[in-house]
Amino acid sequence: MLAARPDAYFDHDADIGIIGRGETLEQAFEAAARAMFGIMADPAEIRGETPVRVSFEEQDLELALVTWLNGLLAAAREAGLALGRFSLRHEGASWTGEAWGSPWVPGRDRGTEVKGATLTMLSVKQSGQGWEARCVVDV
Amino acid sequence: MDLGALKQVEEFSWTLPLTAGEERAPVLLYGTRELLETMDNKVLEQITNVARLPGLVGTAMTMPDAHWGYGFPIGGVAAFDAEAGGIISAGGVGFDISCGIRCLRTNLDLDAVTPKLERLADNLYRTIPAGVGEEGHLKLSPSELDVVLKNGARWAVKQGFGTNEDLEYVEEHGCVPGSDPACVSDLAKKRQRGEMGTLGSGNHYLEVQVVERIFDEAAARDYGLRLGQIVVSIHCGSRGLGHQVGTDYLVTLAKAAIRLGIRIPDRELACAPIKSSEGQQYIGAMNAAINCALANRQILAHLTRDAFSWVIPEAQLETLFDVSHNTCKVEEHPVNGRRKTVYVHRKGATRAFGPNHPSLPPRYRDAGQPVIIGGSMGTGSYILAGNPESENHAFASASHGAGRAMSRSQALKKWRGRELIDELKRQGILIRTRSLRGAAEEAPGAYKDVDRVAEATEKAGLARRVAFLRPKACIKG
Repeated sequence: MLAARPDAYFDHDADIGIIGRGETLEQAFEAAARAMFGIMADPAEIRGETPVRVSFEEQDLELALVTWLNGLLAAAREAGLALGRFSLRHEGASWTGEAWGSPWVPGRDRGTEVKGATLTMLSVKQSGQGWEARCVVDV
Repeated sequence: MDLGALKQVEEFSWTLPLTAGEERAPVLLYGTRELLETMDNKVLEQITNVARLPGLVGTAMTMPDAHWGYGFPIGGVAAFDAEAGGIISAGGVGFDISCGIRCLRTNLDLDAVTPKLERLADNLYRTIPAGVGEEGHLKLSPSELDVVLKNGARWAVKQGFGTNEDLEYVEEHGCVPGSDPACVSDLAKKRQRGEMGTLGSGNHYLEVQVVERIFDEAAARDYGLRLGQIVVSIHCGSRGLGHQVGTDYLVTLAKAAIRLGIRIPDRELACAPIKSSEGQQYIGAMNAAINCALANRQILAHLTRDAFSWVIPEAQLETLFDVSHNTCKVEEHPVNGRRKTVYVHRKGATRAFGPNHPSLPPRYRDAGQPVIIGGSMGTGSYILAGNPESENHAFASASHGAGRAMSRSQALKKWRGRELIDELKRQGILIRTRSLRGAAEEAPGAYKDVDRVAEATEKAGLARRVAFLRPKACIKG
């Protein structure tokens, strides 16, 4: 069992640091996505009935995290959704993910829009308890 | 920031001396001891890393409002020589490409506006699309958007959003050259489809302000400013298209750096040589995003005029100036006694051309370019004027804002949105926002003292103060 919360944050002056933790790499990436979308809307308020898909090729785990997060942001904005649930699989360099959300409605947002995931404080690490993925997102 | 390792050069500038065997260009941090002490140590670390990038010309610098960013510090200025292997960096521009401020002066005085301020704030709030996920009234096809990306604010004026006179007072007359819409991904264009003419969220705002203090009578006269006058400032950028260009090219440039064997001290400085294919593609896309931002602010200026006219029919709003603070621009500057063409990254820094610069409209040739330092919603903003090259040694750059003094989570622990809005109302400042949480994150106390930033900007020779603007109504995303 992981002692720390799967989706969490760390401080940054102007932007926000996000952390995703999980027993597997995929779970850590999914938790990072929950942390990032949790900046924009309360995940508990998102029913998650509409799916979007994100797939990409990336061998580098750290760049894969950034590509995953930015792919989700783009898919969410294109579909006009607030995302709340995430699923990711990977085989080698091939990554296939799915996420579910609900349409943006006035009042749902928390007043902060994530513009993109950055390479700052970017790390993907395996520890005894599982995986941790983190980076700063630009808001 | 721990100042122990720094050496004070002048009263308002500091440097980090080279250690034995260290290979990098010099760094210079502008500001007072007090301002620098409030900065995170990461600011020094980031600008020192910038100073190690290939092709850097002169000195890597931070402005008095600097804070920890990604890649470059926010408030970072660095120029690169394409002929010497100089680089272009997406992190040196920022994701919100060409984020900036459009300032409009009005023919109205505070006394005339005060009785109608509530109605005006409500009407602006209804008229200006703001907030996460909020779309504008325009829906553009990809081919229409390509025309926007080539023509910037000129496209908007052609569509009836504003006048040709506006363009005279926008950087590059509303349209930067070098835009290549083909370098902008389809996804970026799709994201912008419904976002033209939107304000966004976070630290973006539209503010009704009053000129409360004049520092430089002559420049104020040239800028058409007088005490008690109402002005409007619109702070926003290139919206979804710019964000997508930034994210699209971040990984591309990171990989280009590896492929081309560029030694970068930290991965977050993802960059490519200006002359590489990746560098050229990013420049084409970045310029497209700059034009997108210029068009966006032009539409918002038009919507602002519309909202004013319903409440105050006699209102006239003229563009004072429109200046970006997240860009990389090709400019000529004096380097070692000779003029040189360089690529100037300004990440959270404002261009500040001095008097007689050929790009300035005739009206501002004596005063120099208007420089806008946007403050928090409770304190105020400054209009400054660019200084001659003999005084500004920062590639004609100056501060852009107050700069955050604490993180958003710290601000949320300290302030409640409702209480903050009520307190500001008691101070005579009306806030209209869709998000109380967002308002708390943007609490005035979460920012540095804008007075100190403006004063340091002036005393460091970067720009001179012209007027102080006090907020009266603020529309936030």
